[in-house]
This record gives sequence, C-alpha cells and structure tokens, in this order.
Amino acid sequence: MSVNSIRDTFFEECEELLEALVEGLAQMEDTSDDMEVVNAVFRSVHSIKGGAGAFALDRLVSFAHSFETVMDKVRDRALAVDEKLMGLFHRAGDHLADLVAAARDETELDDEIETGLVNELESYLDGDTAVEDFCFDAVTLDFDGPQIDLGGEDPVSSARVFHIRFAPSRALYENGHEPLLIFDALAEFGSLSVEADLSLLPEFDSFDPADAVLSWQLSLTTSEPETTLHEVFEFVEGLCALEIEMDQTAGPQAIELPEPSALPDEAVSPTPQDTALPQISTDVPVGVTSAETLTGKKPDPGQGKSTTAPATKELRGPKPTLRVDLDRVDRLINTVGELIINQAMISQRIEELDLPTVAHLTNELEAYKLLARDIQEGVMAIRAQPVKPLFQRMSRIVREASDATGKKAKMVTVGDSTEVDKTVIERLADPLTHMVRNAVDHGLELPAERTEAGKDQTGTIRLSAAHRSGSVFIEISDDGAGLNRERILAKAMEKGLVPPDVEFSDPEIDNLLFLPGFSTAGQVSALSGRGVGMDVVKNAVHALGGRVSITSTPGKGTTFAIVLPLTLAVMDGFVISVADQTMVIPISSILETIRPNPRDIHVVGTDSEVVSVRGSYVPIVDVADSLGLGQCDDKNSNGILLLVSTEMQGLTALRVTAIHDQRQVVIKSLESNYAAIPGVSAATILGDGKIALILDPEELIRLAHAPGHDPFAQHSRMELRHG
Amino acid sequence: MTTKVLAIDDSRTIRNLLRVSLEGAGFEFHSACDGQEGVDIFPDVDPDVVITDINMPKMDGFGVIDTLRSGPNRTNVPILVLTTESSDDLKSRARNAGATGWIVKPFDDGSLVSVLRRLTGHVS
Repeated sequence: MSVNSIRDTFFEECEELLEALVEGLAQMEDTSDDMEVVNAVFRSVHSIKGGAGAFALDRLVSFAHSFETVMDKVRDRALAVDEKLMGLFHRAGDHLADLVAAARDETELDDEIETGLVNELESYLDGDTAVEDFCFDAVTLDFDGPQIDLGGEDPVSSARVFHIRFAPSRALYENGHEPLLIFDALAEFGSLSVEADLSLLPEFDSFDPADAVLSWQLSLTTSEPETTLHEVFEFVEGLCALEIEMDQTAGPQAIELPEPSALPDEAVSPTPQDTALPQISTDVPVGVTSAETLTGKKPDPGQGKSTTAPATKELRGPKPTLRVDLDRVDRLINTVGELIINQAMISQRIEELDLPTVAHLTNELEAYKLLARDIQEGVMAIRAQPVKPLFQRMSRIVREASDATGKKAKMVTVGDSTEVDKTVIERLADPLTHMVRNAVDHGLELPAERTEAGKDQTGTIRLSAAHRSGSVFIEISDDGAGLNRERILAKAMEKGLVPPDVEFSDPEIDNLLFLPGFSTAGQVSALSGRGVGMDVVKNAVHALGGRVSITSTPGKGTTFAIVLPLTLAVMDGFVISVADQTMVIPISSILETIRPNPRDIHVVGTDSEVVSVRGSYVPIVDVADSLGLGQCDDKNSNGILLLVSTEMQGLTALRVTAIHDQRQVVIKSLESNYAAIPGVSAATILGDGKIALILDPEELIRLAHAPGHDPFAQHSRMELRHG
Repeated sequence: MTTKVLAIDDSRTIRNLLRVSLEGAGFEFHSACDGQEGVDIFPDVDPDVVITDINMPKMDGFGVIDTLRSGPNRTNVPILVLTTESSDDLKSRARNAGATGWIVKPFDDGSLVSVLRRLTGHVS
C-alpha cells in the first residue's frame, strides 16, 4: 500500500465521516441532549483532524480543531445548543466538507468564510482560543524528546549533577514500564551512573519474580533543567518512589558532555538509536505518590465482563469489507452481460436442433439460466449503494436555499438505506439538487404566509426512497402552497407552449412544468433559475431509464416522484414483434397483457381507437404506427394489447403483433453505437444474434400524440445485424 | 520471533498508516477499529505492545487500558496511547489507568518504529 493509496483511503474515510457528521448534526437538531449523538459528531470531526494531520493538511486540521473544541464544550455540557449554534455547526460541517474536497483536489478555498466561521466558533470559547491551545509544529511530536531549554546559557557551562532515587512499585511493571528505558532516556541528557540497590532482594526460596524489589540510585550530570528529568518520569508517576535532588555542592560546572558511548560501565548503555522515549515522563513533583491510588482503582465490572464474552465476538464490529476498483466491477458486469447473451444463444441453438430427447438438457439449460441470473444479481449488488449520502448532501441544499430565500425549511428523509446503482446515484445528484432547491424556493411559502395559512413556520422537505416491483421510487415533496395552476397555464400559453382555448386537466397543467422553455417563477430567482428548468431534470431522469411525475394539492404541497430501474445494465423484457421486427419492451412498465375481443374495441373520431377494459375505456396506441413503421399489418387480428400506465395520460394500451418470450436482456446503449431514436430507449442482442430495439412506452405514447412525426425519417430504415 | 503490535483506532487512515509503517519495519501488525473489538481480540492476538486511540466508539481508549490492566485478562504489555490530544488532564487519566506512554498524532513513523523496537526489545 503506497502513501498515495493511504491518502485515497483517507479521503474515502473523510466522506464517510462527513456523512456521519451530517447525520449526527441532523439528530442533534432533535435531541441535542443525547451525548451519544454529540460524541459521534465530535468523533467524526476529530477523526478527520487526526487523519488530516498525518498528511500535513494544516488548514483542515486547524479548522477541524476549532470545530471540535466547541463541540467538546457541548460534550462536557459546558455549552448548551441553541438554534444559532446549531446553524453554526451545520455551516461549519459544510465548510469542513469543502475543506476536505479542496484538500483532495488540491485547490484553494476562499479564506473569508473560514475566518468568519472560526471567529464565530471561537466566540463560544470564552476567549481561550482553540488555535492557541493547539500548536501543530510542537505536536509532531513528543518523539523528538523534550525540548531542550537552553535558557540562553551555554549548555556546557551550565551542567549540573542530579541525584535520583528511583524505587519502582509492582504496579510500574504491571503497566508495561521498564526501568531500563527510563535510564536510556536519562542517559541521553548527559552522563549517567546507575547503582542498583539489591538490599530488598529476598532469599531465593521466597522469591516472587513479579515483586518489585529493586531500586536504583542514579546520578546524572546534565545541562538539562530539572523539569526535563521529571518529564522522563511522567508516565511512572504514582508507580514508584522518586526523589530528584540537585547536587548543590557540585553546582554548575564546566564539563564536556560525554558521548553516550563514554558512559560508565554501570550506566545503561544507550542503544544506538537516538530517539528519546515516547514521553514516558513529565512534571512529576518530587516525592512519592502512593501506588495504592492505582492498585486500589476498581475496574469497571461491566467492561470486565464484556471482555470475557467470546460468544458474541463474531457479531461485533463492522462486517469485513473489500475495496475494489470500480473498473473491475464494471468489466465484470460487461462480462456477465455477455454471459447472458451467450446463454440466450445457446438456448436458441439447442431449440433449433430440435433434438428428440432434450428433456434433461432443457433442465440443465434452465439451471444455467438461473445461475447466470444469480451472478448478474450478485454483481449488481456490488454496485448498489444506499441513497443516504445523496440524501444527506441535500440537507445542505435545503439549508443554503432557505438561507438565500428567507424561508424556513427542514429536511426529513425516509428509506435512505434503499440501495441504488452507483451510477444512478451519481447521475441523480444534479436533478435532485435542482428539485430540492426548487422545492424550497418555489414550493415553500415565506414564514409569515405559512403562519397565516395555519402551518408551522418551518416548512418540511421530505425525501424518500423505496424499492417497489423492480424499480426504485424516489420522492421529493414539500408541504408548501402547491402549484399555482392558473399561473402555470397562463405562462405556458404566453410562451406559446400550448394552444390557447384547450381544456387541460390538473395533472396535464402540472406536467407543463416539464416542457422545455418553461420557467415558473415570475422572475427567475438567483437560486432556482440557474438556467436549468424542469425539462432538464426530466431529461436527466429519462436518460437513466426513469420517469418523473408530479402531483400537487393546493395548500398542501407538491410531490415529485422519480421512478428508476434498479440497474442500468440488464432488465427483464417481453420479446415482441411489431411490423415484422423483433423488439423488446420493459416488463416493469407493463401492467397487463390483453388479447382483445374485437367487440371491445371502439373507434373514436377518425382513427383513434379505445378498448374497453372492465368497464373503462383505454386509448390504444399502435406501436408500429408510433415508430413510423406503418399500421399493424393485420388489422383484423387486433394483435396483443399491453396495458401501461404513464404519467402523460394515465392508462394506455399499446398494440403489438405478438409476444414471443419473456427474458432478461442486456441493455446496450443505442446512442453511443448509433444515434438516439425517439420511442426507443436502447438496444439489446437476442439469442439469435440479432439486435432488437428496446422500446420506451412513455415516449411511444408521446409520439402517437405528435402526428406527422416519423422518427425513422432521418435515419432511413434500420437493418441492424449483430456480427 | 516477530514482534506483534495491536493497534486500536477507529480511523481507517491511521490504521493504514500504522500498518504501512510497522509492517515495513518488520512488525506483525494487527488492528481493531474500536476499543471493544480491541479488547476482544487481545487474547487471540496476544501482542507484545498495544497502541490505542482515545476517542473511539463503543469503548474509548481509557476503557481499553482499564480492561487490559485490571480485567480478568490483565496484562503487563506496554500500552501506548496514540492520540491528537495532548492535555495534561487526559495524559494523567491515561497514566492512572495504566498507560505506558503517550504519542501525539500525527506521528513520525521512524521514531514510532524505534520507540516500539526499544519498548518491545527490552520487554522480551
């Protein structure tokens, strides 16, 4: 493991710590009294500081230290958390995240914010500024041995002789100390002579090896001040009898400091290593602290017990994990995709052979298929990540948006442990940011308006995630005033986005928001209006194979719902035929398949058809027609109807010629291999090696409502063949 | 025989740094990510020296020292505290609990290695 990879791990760990920090701060909002939570927050900041120190990221260390010092005061209950301090903590957390990012990317951050934050933080520290307490240079540390205080004097001329009596107690040895090490440390300060006092050594038959029977009389000639000698004994304070006396008679004398090798024989010969001890020493007052203070200490019975419970051992601690380069996972996913295609091909070939007794072969083939699917699901699970970090980032957006707009907002999250493909999470960040910002900026009312409406002054932005039937559902809702439909409609008409004098249903009006070129606010605010409209959000979600829809209740709020596929690589689809072409349609979008009775189909107007399904009429969209492949060849057969539910116009029946199979298909991007085609989301390779287009039902329906549009016009007819 | 070090720290970064420094210097390195795990694995690892952080979840460094010094599995192995803290108050708490030494983070790996060599060299 190289230093660089440790550095990478550090930043990865920082991400986790920042996550824990944001989560902890959110919990503090509810229960600032829970010291476990405060502790967790403290630890997050503290660990970032600790790691940053190792990489000499001074600025990060310094800020984390200021932050941590205030948090420590809260932990010690010396400081109560109020709304103002909570806000400061949030901002400090945000800034810490910025500092981590800047350190990682080796960019510089604006000092101004930091200075302001540090000043604010330090205003909670009653004058004893955090920075003064914490001096980085000095901290590197303690290994270099105690600082030599020359006091302006020539060290040679100020050498003095100290007489030290050192009598360790049994506890000293029990704490892992070793007198030799202390002598080593002393020997580095000058010339040391050591004499062992063996007077307490018992007869051999009554000898207890664990007893402390030896004591020593030392004499050290050094130019070090007495305090330095005490430092050497810092960690044995209370574990020994210790007397340090300066030899008054000797006084300062001009002696040459001997080389360590020139020490008298009795002295412990210092090892060639030139480091002093880890401060095994300091300001010990001369004299003895009773060893009883240590040995009489009662162990915490609870802790003692827990150490001897090996039964629970395996359960403790985080599960072991493995960090893997993402590229390797992606390569594996690709290979699994090929495996699935290969499996489909083998199935097909075997079928074509038309063997007489294939029963056992079919079984094994089925097992192969299941195994391939297991592998695929396993690999997908590697890429799955909880949405929690994504959601947590949104709390910052909410905070910043509410600061900028003067609206009060808090964020709640539901289901943030829901796992979604890593790429989906990454590509969802921007649209989600925009939607959350919108929710605060346009969704919520100002505090005064909310009070007037009988609501809590603070609005709630709710983010939720859940898995439902092979899809991921993400909702962003606010409890604001709801959409102003009159204004939306007026705006859309003014911009010429919709024809005038057309009756729109409420959901239809709501969906106008997604039209390109639509901007809701009367004036584009600095916050939401960053040149990004909801159409961009929609496209981004769409690019992930997802849908976004909107529901709004006046006075109660607005909800945006995003439905996404679990994975971007493989999906379950129906293999269908449309106008002699084999195509695939995602199963997740199909509610029901119907072989319609001709008498259930009615023609409305000139060529619109509806089908009666259990008493309600559902419009029929001919897929071949939508794609510009001509009408369904055999009108009389009526084909098969696939019932889908869309955001655009509710329930719709898609007419196809036939359904051939239901299978897992590997999604191959059409855009990167060919070009985007309306109504088609991607392509796949079937068992016979042919390429089949994967249809996008929503888009097909939209196309059907845009007459005269021939998606294939620019591309000529496609004859795609694999290989 | 190789000298065994048990490092207890909740920071993966610090554990990694210690691992690189100490394995590079020929120590057998074991680590635990909180105090509880540290005292749990202590008997199995049977280290020659323990390095522990103070601020950790589940059980802090003081708990580790307490448990190792006064629990049923009490031990005399040197316990070094490795922490960013440097207050006298905390130092004396650690000392009273039975810590053998105190190292302030960030640490210099050359020095750490030589300190460990000396500590364990003399002990064994």
